[in-house]
Amino acid sequence: MSALLEVSGVSVTFDGFRAINNLSISIGEPELRAVIGPNGAGKTTFMDIVTGKTRPDEGRVIWGAQSVDLLKLSESDIAKIGIGRKFQKPTVFEDQSVRDNLAMALKNRRGPLSVLMWKASAQDNTRILELATEIGLTDRLEHRAGDLSHGQKQWLEIGMLLAQDPRLLLVDEPAAGMTPSEREHTTNLLKRAASTRAVMVIEHDMEFIRRLDCRVTVLHEGSVLAEGSLDHVTRNQQVIDVYLGR
Amino acid sequence: MDIPRHTAAAPSSRRSFLRDNPSVMWFMGCLGLFSLIVTILSEGMGIGLISTNLVKVLGMTLCLCLIAIAMDVVWGYCGILSLGHFAFFGLGGYAIGMWLMYARTEIVIRDSLGRGTIPPTELEVSEAVAAQIFGVVGSSELPMIWSFAGSLTFQLGMVVLVPGLLALVFGWLAFRSRVTGVYLSILTQAMTLALSLYLFQNDTGLRGNNGLSGLQNVPGFLSTPQAIISIWFFWASAFALGAGYLLFAWLVSGKFGSVIRAIRDNEARVRFLGYNVEGYKLFVFTVTAIVSGIAGALYYPQAGIINPAEIAPIASIYLAVWVAIGGRGRLYGAVIGAASVSLLSSWLTGGGAPNIDLGFYRVVWTDWWLVLLGLGFVLVTLFFPKGIGGLFDYLVRKQ
Amino acid sequence: MLRLPRFVTLVACLMICAMLRPAPLAAQADTPLQDVLQAVQPLVASPSRATVPQVLAALLDADAPGTVDFLRAWAEREVHERPDDGLFFYARDGADRNLILIDIDTGEVAGDVSSRDVNQIRPNAGVRREINAALVSFELLNPNPDRRMAALAAIARSPDADQIPALESALAAEEEARIALRMERLLDLLNARFATDSATRVDAIEGLRGDISTEARRALNQILQTRADFAPDIPEDTNVARIRTPGEDMDLIAAYATLSDAGLVPPRQGRNAIRDALRLNAVSGEVGGIPVHRLDTDEMRRTAYRALQDAGTVPPLVTQADMEARVAEYIFFDAYLEPDAAVTDAARDALDSTRTAISLWQFLGISLDALSLASIFFLAAIGLAITFGVMRVINMAHGEFIMMGAYTGYVVQTVIPNLTTSLVVAFPLAFAVTFGAGVAMERLVIRHLYTRPLETLLATFGISIALQQLAKNIFGTQARPLTSPDWLAGAIQVNDVVSVASIRVAIFAMALAFLLLLLFILNRTRLGLEVRAVTQNPGMAASMGINPDRINMLTFGLGSGIAGVAGVAIGLVAQVTSEMGANYIVQSFMTVVVGGVGSVFGTLAGATLIGALQKGIEWFNPANTLAAQTYMVLFIILFIQFRPKGIVALKGRAAGD
Repeated sequence: MSALLEVSGVSVTFDGFRAINNLSISIGEPELRAVIGPNGAGKTTFMDIVTGKTRPDEGRVIWGAQSVDLLKLSESDIAKIGIGRKFQKPTVFEDQSVRDNLAMALKNRRGPLSVLMWKASAQDNTRILELATEIGLTDRLEHRAGDLSHGQKQWLEIGMLLAQDPRLLLVDEPAAGMTPSEREHTTNLLKRAASTRAVMVIEHDMEFIRRLDCRVTVLHEGSVLAEGSLDHVTRNQQVIDVYLGR
Repeated sequence: MDIPRHTAAAPSSRRSFLRDNPSVMWFMGCLGLFSLIVTILSEGMGIGLISTNLVKVLGMTLCLCLIAIAMDVVWGYCGILSLGHFAFFGLGGYAIGMWLMYARTEIVIRDSLGRGTIPPTELEVSEAVAAQIFGVVGSSELPMIWSFAGSLTFQLGMVVLVPGLLALVFGWLAFRSRVTGVYLSILTQAMTLALSLYLFQNDTGLRGNNGLSGLQNVPGFLSTPQAIISIWFFWASAFALGAGYLLFAWLVSGKFGSVIRAIRDNEARVRFLGYNVEGYKLFVFTVTAIVSGIAGALYYPQAGIINPAEIAPIASIYLAVWVAIGGRGRLYGAVIGAASVSLLSSWLTGGGAPNIDLGFYRVVWTDWWLVLLGLGFVLVTLFFPKGIGGLFDYLVRKQ
Repeated sequence: MLRLPRFVTLVACLMICAMLRPAPLAAQADTPLQDVLQAVQPLVASPSRATVPQVLAALLDADAPGTVDFLRAWAEREVHERPDDGLFFYARDGADRNLILIDIDTGEVAGDVSSRDVNQIRPNAGVRREINAALVSFELLNPNPDRRMAALAAIARSPDADQIPALESALAAEEEARIALRMERLLDLLNARFATDSATRVDAIEGLRGDISTEARRALNQILQTRADFAPDIPEDTNVARIRTPGEDMDLIAAYATLSDAGLVPPRQGRNAIRDALRLNAVSGEVGGIPVHRLDTDEMRRTAYRALQDAGTVPPLVTQADMEARVAEYIFFDAYLEPDAAVTDAARDALDSTRTAISLWQFLGISLDALSLASIFFLAAIGLAITFGVMRVINMAHGEFIMMGAYTGYVVQTVIPNLTTSLVVAFPLAFAVTFGAGVAMERLVIRHLYTRPLETLLATFGISIALQQLAKNIFGTQARPLTSPDWLAGAIQVNDVVSVASIRVAIFAMALAFLLLLLFILNRTRLGLEVRAVTQNPGMAASMGINPDRINMLTFGLGSGIAGVAGVAIGLVAQVTSEMGANYIVQSFMTVVVGGVGSVFGTLAGATLIGALQKGIEWFNPANTLAAQTYMVLFIILFIQFRPKGIVALKGRAAGD
């Protein structure tokens, strides 16, 4: 299992506040990884750095076998290279149908002219239907995304991520605000996805992580505090201190 | 009329553009019918119920509708509140105006110089033309930018190229540095201001605040009555509007429309989907700028005169007002807004409407129209953000 | 120069009289002017250059009131003699070509006579010069220092060689240092131009070195005046300023034209001349064997012309080679009107020596201009810095609030005639009016649009056009004046190069005061604290007992109120029209954006940058303010490319998105 993404020695400062402090983390392919940490541990900022939204002050972010330097790429290029991101708040395009949302995310050419000339091929339609089945939205394909329930929006967003066919999925709190049965469904989705690619899940909910049953990285004050199985990290005294307070 | 969104039942796997957008057919039908009626009623070719002047006003209104749909695409669909599209409109007008003015003056000059014993040399002709055109700004030399003003093909190229290139360069600069929202609006307004200030100068070669005039006379058809020419331009405007409507309806209907609406709603998210947002914005900005230039090139020969005041930032804001009143995010809304507000405006300010005597105060429309428009616009923004077009949604839902 | 000795005698007697002045002063009232004149009656009635000094001496001696007026009138041929009794009168035109005689002493009407019944006294040009010179001396020796200064100013206005001796002697007698200094300077100026020997002139010119005053530079420039000339060889006594080479620093055609104007060479046929010649010689559709319709290029025309030339009907064509050959026979040069090279060299040196100083002063002047412009931009933008910068509300009607403030000032001025009082009333009133308008707008419109910034832009724009038209309906389209009180109307004259209008200094002071006031309000008061709390986190602020509605309302009112006050200030330097706001709105937004949104110092920096830039560009092309504005806006567009967040950028997550 070679590293797909390798983040090393990254630091970033906002107005004197060190959000990420000499952070090093790597993930292989395929792998399912959970990232936990208290508020302000730098989880979201970490994702911002990987996806190109925030430029770190120092450090390196290297991608894939060709060792591409992600810090030199724009957000859209990073997305095209195979990193998909799901935001904490479900961000689907509410004004458009589920089908359009999925179609936009499909792995196709992204240039304005090719998009202008795009016609849904049979293959595309099959893929959309597949995805819809996977996220359980087959009968809502033509509905406005804005009319979906909160959980359905989360799935749609995961579906859009899968449609991109990325090699690495960054998923920020996918289970927030979901009912237990919806959580169940989400866990299965993520585990299935992780069988073929790298998936990194940020989550607060220990129960959810236990169900994911994967390697866990604990972030604290912008750097890695502990890494290992969930049982391993929950036994770590430092982790206990951080989570429960000394 | 239907709205061009997919709220209906599941369409087939291959969507047909026209079947998906019934409003396009409706619009084309209305436009064709309107053109036919105007032609039949016109002075030049029909029974004379509509004066030549009114034909011109209607033709000009069609051009305004064309730039309004361009504005709707860039603002209503793509979310860029550009306060610069009237500048592109004006540039198109200037480009064609240069040819109209140069070629007509050249014909007149050749005619008068040719009456002498000895025919004029090319140099004499161009000097005389320059003296004629630039006498008002105290110059008699032909500026560089007029070098090819005698060539219709060249100037027609300019109608497309000048607004297109300006939009491309400006858009590239602005989008590249991620200027968005109100900042972008202010920046486009600054661009418009810079352009109009530039054109106001006498020494920039476009006759300063005199602008270009006599554009209603088309070289080669100097003896054709305006009644006929006005109909030709009316048709050309109607054709351009129809073609523009088709182009934009096609542009915004498919996946491209999906992407630009997504950019409007959440730019960052689209970026994380792997789309080069800047490229899309630049594309939309430039294409709409070119269409605006073409609209301007058709408008000003009907108006007869163009000057830098036309380009002032306020004009572009009015454009936004029309689109907002008509209803953003739907092409026919922009047309309705532009047509109704600009026609109402020329009716009220042109002295067409009777003034109202209240006894203690006499309401003079020319004085109060802008007050009404301004306040009306505030009300629309506050209470009917979907504009007049929103009414159609309401009616459709009621059915 | 022959009359000079006599002049010196005259001045000498004047001097003596001046020294004896205290004595006749006592008798002054007793001796009416008429009596003094009657004592030398014939010399006054028919003056000649020889006799004038006697009259002047008599007049000086008596020092009767009205002497100066009389001398002036005498020189201007306004004095009339009544032949019956020999008395002198002033006169003015009456009815039926009659003259109304006026008593010289009392100024009362002394009769109405036909112009034939009195003799107008007409001194000739020489006499008049004497009288005028005497007048100057007379004034220069006046006991009243103000009068002496006025006389010096008159000399500076119309310098003349005659004034040198008078000035010299006056200088000798002058006791007040200030006036003596001025006299010395004037003497230098006069000597530099009019002194007879070269050494004195060079000396005087040396004295003007480094003097940046307009009069000094004018004097030097006058010495350095040139004329363009040409000759086969440069004449001996010519003081050459510059030799010109035709074809390089002089147009060849122009050089040839100079020669042909002087009749030295045959005139050159220009394009028009060739065409006219061809036209005259067209015979049955042909010229020189070429059909006229083919004469539509210069080449064909020249061919046809040569054919005519060969036939001898037209003068030969002057070719380029001809022109070069003939022009080469002469030397073209600029020569100083002043023949003395030593003088012109000294003058050039002196003028060059001022150049650096003048540039520096001019730079200072431009900087002051820029500062004043920056203050205006700052005043116009500072209200926006609050509403846009702090609250992130785009208020396109901000310009109209400026206009409202200015019109408030105008209305106050029409009600209260005293300008100072009206200003004192106008400022708070304008604040109140626009504060009210701002609060009303915030409550009625903006409040509903906080989540839709682009629509705020549009709605406030709607308000802006309505307000503009409303102002037009009320006040008309004509520009209304806002007059500043006298104590603000003048200018502070640093020297001849730099002067600053007092009103601009006042506006600068006001901008400064606003800056401090605003910093105080935002950083040191409860309101400021609450404003910052609400803008940073409205929900949190609300939970801590701050009413965000109230804060938003007050903040918006404050921003609008400041716009109103700025309007009064701007109205004092610019025209008050219904469109004045529109002129400032884009620039104000630029100022805020360039400076950095959300920071008062940013707005200050933005205003300074934009003001300096505009004046800087104007410096390169002073005639074209429009161009300066165009380039400034272009610069701003580019600037935002490289610093999208402005000069004073807030960093970190708080600044973003």
